[in-house]
Amino acid sequence: MNGPRYDCIVIGGGHNGLVCATYLARGGRSVLLLEAAERVGGAAVTREFGPGFKVSACAHLLHLMPHSLIRELSLGTQGLHLAADRMPTTALSEDGYPLSLDVANHGTLEARSSSDAVAYPAYLALLQRLAGALQPMFETAPPRLGTDSWRDRMSLLRLGLRLRALGRPDMRELLRIGGMCVQDLLDEYFETPLLKGALGFDAVLGSNLGPRSPGTVFTLLYRMAAAGAAGGTLALPSGGLGALSNALAKAAIDAGVIIRTEAPVERILVRDDCAAGVVLKSGEPFSAGAVISNADPKTTFLRLLGAGHLDAGFVRRVTHVRARGLTAKLHLALDSLPAFRGLEEGALRGRLLLAPSLEYIERAFNPSKYGEFSTAPILEITVPSGVDPTLAPPGSQVLSAIVQYVPYQLAAGSWEPERERFTNLLIDMLESYAPGLRRSVVSAELLTPADIEREFRVTGGHWHHAELALDQFLMVRPVPGAAQYRTPLEGLYLCGAGSHPGGGVMGVAGRNAARQVLKEAA
Amino acid sequence: MLSESAPHYRQPLLKTPFHDRARALCQLDSFIPWAGYTTVDVFTTVEQEYFAIRNSTSVYDLTPMVKYRIAGREAGQYLNRLVTRDIGKLEPGRVAYCVWCNDRGHIIDDGTVFRLSESDYRLCTGERQLTWLLDSAVGFDVDIAEVTEEIAALSVQGPTSCALLKSFGLGGLERLKPFDLADFTVLVESTEVPLMVSRTGFTGDLGYEIWMRPADAERVWDALMEVGRDRALRPIGARALNIARIEAGFLLPKVDFVSAEHTLRVGTERSPLELGLEWLVNFQKGHFTGRRALLEEKRRGPRRRLVGLDIEGNEPAHNALLYLDRSGKRQIGSVTSAVWSPTAKRNIALAMMDAPHITTGLTAWAEIYLNRELVWERRMAPARIVERPFFAPERRRSTPPASY
Repeated sequence: MNGPRYDCIVIGGGHNGLVCATYLARGGRSVLLLEAAERVGGAAVTREFGPGFKVSACAHLLHLMPHSLIRELSLGTQGLHLAADRMPTTALSEDGYPLSLDVANHGTLEARSSSDAVAYPAYLALLQRLAGALQPMFETAPPRLGTDSWRDRMSLLRLGLRLRALGRPDMRELLRIGGMCVQDLLDEYFETPLLKGALGFDAVLGSNLGPRSPGTVFTLLYRMAAAGAAGGTLALPSGGLGALSNALAKAAIDAGVIIRTEAPVERILVRDDCAAGVVLKSGEPFSAGAVISNADPKTTFLRLLGAGHLDAGFVRRVTHVRARGLTAKLHLALDSLPAFRGLEEGALRGRLLLAPSLEYIERAFNPSKYGEFSTAPILEITVPSGVDPTLAPPGSQVLSAIVQYVPYQLAAGSWEPERERFTNLLIDMLESYAPGLRRSVVSAELLTPADIEREFRVTGGHWHHAELALDQFLMVRPVPGAAQYRTPLEGLYLCGAGSHPGGGVMGVAGRNAARQVLKEAA
Repeated sequence: MLSESAPHYRQPLLKTPFHDRARALCQLDSFIPWAGYTTVDVFTTVEQEYFAIRNSTSVYDLTPMVKYRIAGREAGQYLNRLVTRDIGKLEPGRVAYCVWCNDRGHIIDDGTVFRLSESDYRLCTGERQLTWLLDSAVGFDVDIAEVTEEIAALSVQGPTSCALLKSFGLGGLERLKPFDLADFTVLVESTEVPLMVSRTGFTGDLGYEIWMRPADAERVWDALMEVGRDRALRPIGARALNIARIEAGFLLPKVDFVSAEHTLRVGTERSPLELGLEWLVNFQKGHFTGRRALLEEKRRGPRRRLVGLDIEGNEPAHNALLYLDRSGKRQIGSVTSAVWSPTAKRNIALAMMDAPHITTGLTAWAEIYLNRELVWERRMAPARIVERPFFAPERRRSTPPASY
């Protein structure tokens, strides 16, 4: 049972898998990429959800992929065009006076609080300085602790020097706020609930945390650090996130990667305690010198490889990886542009946050601890058809919203009886900010974390494959023993969001993993 | 057995089903805790009890041994991934001594695996291991349950044990080869008592372990004592057993090694290679926990090794430090178990020694402290590395055993 042989087989054609495969092919390796779905892209895909209505089905904004990666893969010449760049962020308010988070456009903030208007640039500058110091650690495999390897030591030293270069006041501040909850930090700086809600939103987005959870300043800094390499701006590719994946796939094919879709992998083959290839669900085998998995760590280790090939202590760590998604996706097909009250011209082409205060967010978070959904959740809303008419039939619009906090599993039982009620609740919420929206809804689609798990083949339906928090980052991501993209099984590597530095359509895990493979496997 | 009248905190140590019988015979009232039970340390004198093991028949209450039932479609694969030995070769009706390791190849514990049927195994071990066993079960179709309290056991050991047990009613027992097990039914006090008997033990001598329902325990004990009345059968405590197990070169957890799950200090864990248990490690059988770490250790060579020592004089070298030469300047190891062997008539010890110094025949120097009527003296005694076991009578293997 050998089958055709490749130097490298990449399991899964998400953005990280595509990036990894491309770099491997450019490094001179023969690469086969196997994707279970009928198209590549993973959680960065555009698909129809109603006749003529298309939407970025999971991730809906591009803001973390480094410029360097886009440049190296020449994604521009591969068909990646931005329908919107430098998208503004606006905090919606029920009183009809939204707040722009754009520093240059601080008129609306000035009107609410002059002291907040003064504090805001200083706050942003501090966080950007601190995030800047963390940024270099994204570019390489995390150092291992307690080894004699000079590479690990150099890597730690570089990080240390970078932090030291912050100077004493900033370094102290980093130590002080690093483990804090974002609410305490924001309370120190600001008084306007709407501003604090919007700033706190990014600290908890995609996580299992509320603004009063410890470590949320860290998650905020981490997101800013990741965004730094991408210019810190939000963008929307023409044709949705699927267009990015198409460009990545073209770059991969140009580099010589062979892509097979509708080719779900059944298991990873092991010979002489080394990864030796894969066998598809169809029974078709392939052999390889290295197998690189874009699948999440639990899928990779427990399902594709099997616990029997791993030590029990390692398996215990893998089963303990926190990977329950708490984030849902709402797609609305509309027959007209939604009219959010008081929204400035141009704000609709950006991102709208519905999280009017930190208390509101924390209250939205509370029910999720008990397996219930919030009746007043928080939303990140985009109307991509406003800047990209190809996504909807003429005159119609598409609204895409990330909804937090939505449990993977309801304590009361199945999602099915609740799906319609929750969808209606979300539409009602939007209606109160954009009167008339309900009447314009042509069709609606809700993806709970369980749906995301099914559609995108991610255990637990977590965007990041594994919760991104202090206990699961850097050299302990996803677990010690697999944090440098290699795994306890020789020849098996990880390249997905479950690895450092995480998900969010960044592509860095894929690039780092490829570098690791090229360095090790001759 | 938790009695319903006393809450657990009033009963910190459990009593085995043999407790009342043992208590009546335990002249020194000398009990020690073992795995949550109270068991006898010495009944009368250690010497008398030891010589029952070597010259007639001894009986030892084995009930506190922690027992797990491991059953299911993939029980065999599960055990093979758990322990370092190839369980695939273990036939139904056979027993195997095993160790299991953590990811780093450090021993968590040792024990015996009984293959009761095609897919039904029993694991006996000195300490509770359920967490590790359950963690190891991820990905395997296997059921694991602790059955310690459901099974009482006696270890019957000594040169006349087979003959005695045949008189007790275990017809055909002589056909059991070492590490065989078989089911018997014995009529005791006009009650049919089912027993499982394995030719296993911790003495390095001819001997058997008898596994029974707790309800039958006293009945079996009484009948055994009756049969043994004229055969110098003697109940023994842990102390006498310890002498025999050192002579046999067997390791005792917490004495000769500390479970890797319990060590706090770096470098105090022990691998099977360090403990001279390479013969239990099968690198060819497929993956098992610790395999990659042990392969690496094998390539590098273990840092230290367990050795047997024959020490000059007759003073047991308890806890003695070992030196390269008589000057005592350079320490190269330390003693873990020491005893004067009454049968081998040698002053023997088990010791951990740094790897570079180990060659059979090498003489190290043991620093022994002697208590001379409360006046302490220090003696340097030559300690020669010798083969283990120190005492290995042919009768421990011969089938059928000699009839007495």
